[in-house]
Amino acid sequence: MPQISSKTSKPVLRALFSALWLAFLALPILVFRVNSISGIIEYQWSRLPKLLAAGFLASLLWNYFQKRHLLKQESPKAGSSSAGPPITWADRFLARTDRYRWLSLLGFGLMVLPFFCSPYAVKILTTALIYITLGLGLNIVVGVSGLLHLGYAAFFAVGAYVYGLLNYYFGWGFWVCLPLGTLSAALAGLLLGLPVIRLTGDYLAIVTLGFGEIVRLLLTNSSLTMGPRGIGNIPPPGFFGLDLNEKFRPFLVEHLALNPYMDLNKIWIYLIILLIVVLTTIAALRLENSRLGRAWLALREDETACQSVGISPSQAKLTALTLGSSFAGLAGVVFAAQITFIAPSSFSFMDSIYILTIVVLGGMGSISGVIAGAAVISCLPEFLREAEEYRFLIFGALMVLMMVYRPQGLIRSVRSVCSRS
Amino acid sequence: MSPKNNLSDTILETKALTMHFGGLMALNSVSLKIQRLSITALIGPNGAGKTTLFNCLTGLYKPSGGQIIFNKSSRESLHLNGRAPYCVSRLGLARTFQNIRLFNNLTVLENVLIGGHCRLKSGLWGALFRGRKTKKEEKDILEYSHSLLKNYGLAREAGSLAKNLPYGAQRRLEIIRALAAGPSILLLDEPAAGLNLAETKELEEIIEKVRDLEKLTIILIEHDMSLVMSISHQIHVLDYGRLIASGPPEAIRCDPQVIRAYLGAAAS
Ligand SMILES: Nc1ncnc2c1ncn2[C@@H]1O[C@H](COP(=O)(O)OP(=O)(O)OP(=O)(O)O)[C@@H](O)[C@H]1O
Ligand SMILES: [Mg+2]
Repeated sequence: MPQISSKTSKPVLRALFSALWLAFLALPILVFRVNSISGIIEYQWSRLPKLLAAGFLASLLWNYFQKRHLLKQESPKAGSSSAGPPITWADRFLARTDRYRWLSLLGFGLMVLPFFCSPYAVKILTTALIYITLGLGLNIVVGVSGLLHLGYAAFFAVGAYVYGLLNYYFGWGFWVCLPLGTLSAALAGLLLGLPVIRLTGDYLAIVTLGFGEIVRLLLTNSSLTMGPRGIGNIPPPGFFGLDLNEKFRPFLVEHLALNPYMDLNKIWIYLIILLIVVLTTIAALRLENSRLGRAWLALREDETACQSVGISPSQAKLTALTLGSSFAGLAGVVFAAQITFIAPSSFSFMDSIYILTIVVLGGMGSISGVIAGAAVISCLPEFLREAEEYRFLIFGALMVLMMVYRPQGLIRSVRSVCSRS
Repeated sequence: MSPKNNLSDTILETKALTMHFGGLMALNSVSLKIQRLSITALIGPNGAGKTTLFNCLTGLYKPSGGQIIFNKSSRESLHLNGRAPYCVSRLGLARTFQNIRLFNNLTVLENVLIGGHCRLKSGLWGALFRGRKTKKEEKDILEYSHSLLKNYGLAREAGSLAKNLPYGAQRRLEIIRALAAGPSILLLDEPAAGLNLAETKELEEIIEKVRDLEKLTIILIEHDMSLVMSISHQIHVLDYGRLIASGPPEAIRCDPQVIRAYLGAAAS
């Protein structure tokens, strides 16, 4: 092929190709729709051209920005770098590697996804995201710091109950309870940490297990928390005092031809937890390559050697437990808002094990592994609906197989320091 | 061979240091002085209490009696007894272990970075928000770690896991990790144990390089007599928890008590 012609037609061709690819990928969600009442599949081909056009445009824009970015990269080499144009936020963003772009594209995709999904799918997605947050938190404790924690669900409960109770008794809203729930869980983590800083391994596992049970029993037996009946009617998070379904649904349904039965409150919760996942992932990534994160790793590897390089093991343990618990509190508040009804039975020992499975399955200490693990673990039950009773049996078998054949988990932990060398 | 500074200055001193485990006297009233910027060797038969002395000095064991005095500078003098190990290492005592204790599942570079833990300041907020100060700190420690690895010949292995290194390189990495803390005293517990002749020679070069490049005092436990005799200024000999001799290598070599401790009573 002659080079000249390919140079001009390439972006257009590429854009066309991306658009087709996007259309193909989105076909099952956007065009085919299963009508669950009559049990038939409906086709909405009229959406296809819109989809193609949108994909084509997006891809063209993308190419344009990429080219601009490349030109910018080449030019400073000629002139002096100090006298370059002022660096704006957008420029800095564009200067990031390809990976960042793909991630932001993915983020955008995840943001619009719930608007095209059934309420049921939104629920599963939200649950998956909550589990990712939980997994990331527990990963700090178990995967990175090596502290076997078997009562993690207790901190999840603290977050959920802080929202439930404060709302029930004082009518406080989601946005007030979100930081409060996080802080309370962190405080609970600290309280648990203080007596156990001297313990390691199995002893720590037993104490954390006990702690988890104590919290659950307290919730079950206290009249303050409504005992085993739990707390119901927990409101969704507010959106500047507006009723989302009333205000925006007619508009979305009319102009964008979206599902008229969607619940915007649930989508709003999905978006909130999506943002939380993004933030906690960033936090986890940053911690991993920081002084504190390295101290945790050292603690996991060898406590004696860790002391001999000047790391205080107690301090490392306390920070890991506190921070890990705060993630659970954050997830707990969102969880309460999502399911609107919480009871002690949602925070049992099996739930702690469930979260632990995510960390172990995904890969101890590996952030992408935890995300993959959470996605797998939270979607699996949906596929195993019929095999409900055998769920934990299947999990157990999965764990055994993992431990035997792939002890490093789905995605092996690779910290950027390793690959940079 | 002799250190440039005056040898009269004492950096570390133990006074009647005693450590017993039940009825066993692992250290029996040991009093010794370590001179600043010197290389001091600690020798003695197996079970003499050498490692126990290191553990007491670095806070891993709490001495049953006696004192440890650390003269950080000629002005500043501190008692080390009863301080937690991490406090002692923050004060400037870095060590290696007789049975290597690396962070096995981390990379060589990460091991060194962790070694530099107490040079850094940033805490949780620094890690989460990555301010300018934290970024600079991280960049500096990364550069410093790379330069250490280069100086001591592990630059090429920076990205491999510590547990995958050959034995000799693991010993070396442990020394580099200890150096990363920027200590004023480096305690090496049998660094040549398990090394072959060539590796021992390399180790000797490394210790000499450390002596020349970093300004620090080295205390060395070693069974390899040729290594000990060639690099140390001062030798202390322990036997059954007692200090039986102290002096320069020439004096120790022909000390009758030392010969008896090593070869048994019949030799004398
Ligand atoms: N934690 C401990 N508990 C009980 N006894 C101990 C402990 N640590 C050391 N000992 C005992 O103290 C004595 C001195 O041990 P130490 O490890 O200091 O010897 P060493 O001089 O380092 O010997 P080696 O050359 O074999 O390393 C030994 O008899 C040992 O069994
Ligand atoms: Mg020893």
